[in-house]
Amino acid sequence: MNNVFVYCEMEGRQVADVSLELLTKGRKLATQLGCQLEAICAGSDLADVEKQVLPYGTDRVHVFDAPGLFPYTSLPHTSILVNLFKAEQPQICLMGATVIGRDLGPRVSSALTSGLTADCTQLEIGSHEDKKAGKTYENLLYQIRPAFGGNIVATIVNPEHRPQMATVREGVMKKEILDPDYQGEVIRHDVAKFVPETDYVVKVIDRHVEKAKHNLKGAPIVVAGGYGMGSREGFNMLFELAKELHAEVGGSRAAVDAGFCDHDRQIGQTGVTVHPKLYIACGISGQIQHIAGMQDAGIIISVNNDPNAPINTIADYVINGTVEEVIPKMIKYYKKNSK
Amino acid sequence: MSLKIVVLAKQVPDTRCVGKDAMNADGTINRAALPAIFNPEDLNALEQALRLKDAHPGSTVTILTMGPGRAAEIIREGLYRGADNGYLLTDRAFAGADTLATSYALATAIRKIGEYDIIVGGRQAIDGDTAQVGPQVAEKLGLTQVTYVEEIQSVADGRIRVKRHIDGGVETVEAPLPIVLTVNGSAAPCRPRNAKLVQKYKRALGAQEKAALTKDGAELPYAALYEERPYLTIPEWSVADVNGDTRQCGLSGSPTKVKKIENIIFQAKESKTLSGSDADVENLIVELLANHTIG
Repeated sequence: MNNVFVYCEMEGRQVADVSLELLTKGRKLATQLGCQLEAICAGSDLADVEKQVLPYGTDRVHVFDAPGLFPYTSLPHTSILVNLFKAEQPQICLMGATVIGRDLGPRVSSALTSGLTADCTQLEIGSHEDKKAGKTYENLLYQIRPAFGGNIVATIVNPEHRPQMATVREGVMKKEILDPDYQGEVIRHDVAKFVPETDYVVKVIDRHVEKAKHNLKGAPIVVAGGYGMGSREGFNMLFELAKELHAEVGGSRAAVDAGFCDHDRQIGQTGVTVHPKLYIACGISGQIQHIAGMQDAGIIISVNNDPNAPINTIADYVINGTVEEVIPKMIKYYKKNSK
Repeated sequence: MSLKIVVLAKQVPDTRCVGKDAMNADGTINRAALPAIFNPEDLNALEQALRLKDAHPGSTVTILTMGPGRAAEIIREGLYRGADNGYLLTDRAFAGADTLATSYALATAIRKIGEYDIIVGGRQAIDGDTAQVGPQVAEKLGLTQVTYVEEIQSVADGRIRVKRHIDGGVETVEAPLPIVLTVNGSAAPCRPRNAKLVQKYKRALGAQEKAALTKDGAELPYAALYEERPYLTIPEWSVADVNGDTRQCGLSGSPTKVKKIENIIFQAKESKTLSGSDADVENLIVELLANHTIG
């Protein structure tokens, strides 16, 4: 009872990366709170699914395996969570801020009248004092997220309602196996006891999902361009540098909106979050939404002809110069010195 | 079949054009510096509704919005583009609502509207980016939902077929009516205002807007017009009008509380500033190679 729950999103028989990242975070929260970590896997053909989630330190795995549960539709998965949560009374529930998590989370929160915070970038445990009511709450989940177009960062708490629900985008948390042989309990539920037949009303006629074309979020080196790159052609220079450095190319929202690079390469709160050891920001001013997606980079280099660009304040190296001048030099001197 | 369609729309501050004056010195938001606009994805939703109306003669499109008196602007904007009518949910008790309290208020208003086949809104609003209100309304009304809609392909025999955008791909689904849909910004843009409809509705006003015009004892301009043409009065609903429970509205109906707001101040690290000269760039590359950051 009163444990930390993570809803594990399934793509076929595979648990999504974002869910494994949340199990890693959930494990830390559960340890801090002195409670257990529980996972929910709902889908079809899920024999052995627990093997994917136990190594992250999961104490209990709830498996819901039935033909109608994959592909995901809203009502059956809502019924599973709502009925399970009524019995288990979790204190925290985490899910991916994906198309599925952002469809399911609000529905469950509405049914349970519990608070939900979308797209959190940090989750912490802390206390909260409600001065008006003269009450202090211990061990609440701080749900921290940029808000208002990224101009502020808000810390949200749910003092009275449980579970405290939050969604987190893929790549924001790091996934880390706790123990490959971690032992936990596996509970295979009778789906019919949770989901009425009438829930299976949405029929998926056709579904087409492609694997991502690049590995931006896992790349050790990222070369990113902003509006300052000027054009799609300007981005070619970044691809050239990236090829030399074995890096991936990303873009700011402004660059994506201007059509300089593809949408799936957008870095930031509403795009991909990256944790490279080296991040080279070229012609990026550094809006907070962008910073939210790359601030954990090991070393940050900013190439910008505006010495006052906000990104320079978090950069380890600031190169004052135009991208047209500096990037070819980086390519040139890398080629010269790397041999 | 003719359809009853309700479009959920929100007036939002345009967070995309935040300038240097958008934040006050004390870290709060200077709302006056931000223009109030029709939430962009709600316009995509309105277009999907208007297309259904075009394809199914006899259908009606109703705009539902919640906000202060000036949010009547959203309903006028909808009327200019082809909506048939609209309601403004407005009451001090609604203030400070999080997504759950907002969805409660909207659901009570939809029940008051009574007849509906399709309830459609934008996927999310640009001031919060939560995407929560659509599914929460669906749950409160006990309806099914399809989110991330790209296009409504057809409605026939009480069933709807839509194409949706999912992570890494597309999906086509079929579902029974009534239903709640949320529409993506990548869906078809909304049609422009229609000049004839602008002529017809340009004097449409909500009660609070009328009150503002007459506050110093001034006479309401074109007062007779409102007697003659009832459609020029935009209906306003309070909590009581929709039989709402004030405990579930606004701040008191919101399980989430804002503990802290921080204006963004970057934590400055020690940084080295270099010029773009050949020597500086080469030295940096050599340094990064030497400490195995690259190479």
